[in-house]
Amino acid sequence: MQVYLPIAEVSVNAFLLLGLGGLIGVLSGMFGVGGGFLMTPLLFFIGIPPAVAVATGANQIVASSFSAVLAHFKRRTVDLRMGIVLLIGGLVGAALGVQLFNMLRALGQVDLLVNLCYVLFLGVIGTLMFIESLNAIFKSRSGKPAARKRHNWVHNLPFKVKFRTSGLYISVIPPLVVGVLVGVLAAVMGVGGGFIMVPAMIYLLGMPTKVVVGTSLFQIIFVTAFTTMLHAVTNYTVDVMLAVLLLIGGVIGAQFGTRIAVRLKAEQLRILLALMVMGVCGKLAFDLFAQPSELYSIAAVGGH
Amino acid sequence: MLLRLLLVIFAVVTPARAEEVVAGLSQKQIAISTNFDGSEILIFGAVKREAAIARDSQLGVIVTVAGPAQELTVRRKEKWSAIWINRDSLEVRSAPSFYAVATTAPFDTLLTDESDLVYLVSVDRAIHAGMASEGVDDQNNFIDALIRIREANDLYQSNEGTVTLTGDTLFNTSIKLPANLVGGSYNVRFLLTREGRVISQYETVIFVNKVGLERFLYALAHEKPTLYGLMSLAIAIAAGWGASAVFRYIRA
Repeated sequence: MQVYLPIAEVSVNAFLLLGLGGLIGVLSGMFGVGGGFLMTPLLFFIGIPPAVAVATGANQIVASSFSAVLAHFKRRTVDLRMGIVLLIGGLVGAALGVQLFNMLRALGQVDLLVNLCYVLFLGVIGTLMFIESLNAIFKSRSGKPAARKRHNWVHNLPFKVKFRTSGLYISVIPPLVVGVLVGVLAAVMGVGGGFIMVPAMIYLLGMPTKVVVGTSLFQIIFVTAFTTMLHAVTNYTVDVMLAVLLLIGGVIGAQFGTRIAVRLKAEQLRILLALMVMGVCGKLAFDLFAQPSELYSIAAVGGH
Repeated sequence: MLLRLLLVIFAVVTPARAEEVVAGLSQKQIAISTNFDGSEILIFGAVKREAAIARDSQLGVIVTVAGPAQELTVRRKEKWSAIWINRDSLEVRSAPSFYAVATTAPFDTLLTDESDLVYLVSVDRAIHAGMASEGVDDQNNFIDALIRIREANDLYQSNEGTVTLTGDTLFNTSIKLPANLVGGSYNVRFLLTREGRVISQYETVIFVNKVGLERFLYALAHEKPTLYGLMSLAIAIAAGWGASAVFRYIRA
């Protein structure tokens, strides 16, 4: 069944979009990532104009994250206080990110920077997570409990606050900085930023994996909602028809994802996410290094 | 007034034409609705003449359809140390979003290169004509690439021999419009040729418009973007909450 999308101005298969949304939704529920880092490239691939893909992806992430976060609220795995601190940072970061994006667009190299960002962040995070999870699995196999390092430099900063749900007593500065960084990336790369925030919360802030996913989703909802509004008002690139199809698949997928996540061990969950992050990184790196089959590309000036 | 004056001048300088096009389209409007998946327009017409059919030369019919003009940037990737990045780019002032040519016979037997240069009929000429651009030395490579990419997507079509001409009088053809059609007015041009020269030209317009839900959403997104953005978010949150509620109900 073909559907003509009013803003993207292309006709696509409705079931393809539902399936795509469903796949991203499962990942969103399982890992607490918005799935934008997969969604945006996949939408490019099926022929949606990049500007529309980025803006609509943000809107779709709001839906699947909202669906998933409700499931987490029920299980009390959302650290609200931590979420709000991350959110304040995130909104500041998103506003900064939009400025940066427009500046780079004027220079004409925004695509390259976005790709390099992806390869760098995904590569480093994926590899680190993979190694760490493997170690954790070997340790648990050999019978010793996996001891997480509880004290590092992060714990010596001022403005300490008690985060009861996470069982932490740390400074608000690191979560604020993480929030700002994720906000900038959300605006520049058109993603929720969960794939950066989840590892940062685990390794940098020392939050328990259980709480990380729900809290990350909580923050992502607000940051992506903010980004959606910015795109809708400045570029008119949010395609609500595309978003509805993606999110019908997405919200259903997210529910399945959270149920799968309950059955898996934290280490297994992390190793799966690490493998996926490294896979996407590999594909993007390949595109940068290999000679493209078509050297030329066409972009519309103004609008999309 | 000015138009009438032009018409008078036109009538004075051009001699009475022996053959003229009288043409029609299967539809004056193309509606883009939710299930729009490309369209086909039937184009038909007749050759009106006062004298007997000239047998000394072959009559040719060329039909062109041109979509709304767009401003484009064509970029070329180059190897820079180890990676491929966009280096040179060409700003194209005006290129049709869609362009199709249909003819009764191979193109170069109907129209000489000189006539093509004047009337800008072939895909190459029509696209190159809109390029008042600067920035690179080899701009032809960029324009060729633009044509190549768009021909691969059926946005630029060269359909030689697809116009059927019956008894040197009645002609018809059909042009396929792809699914990723841009709304706006599409210019349809008819040319009659003999011995490589254009002997008569006629133009008409076909409108491609979004209708119903498509039109409503497009207008809302452009005219009330804040409301549209809030609506998108409301739908997203409602869907997220709805799915969560449904699943809770299923489990309970």
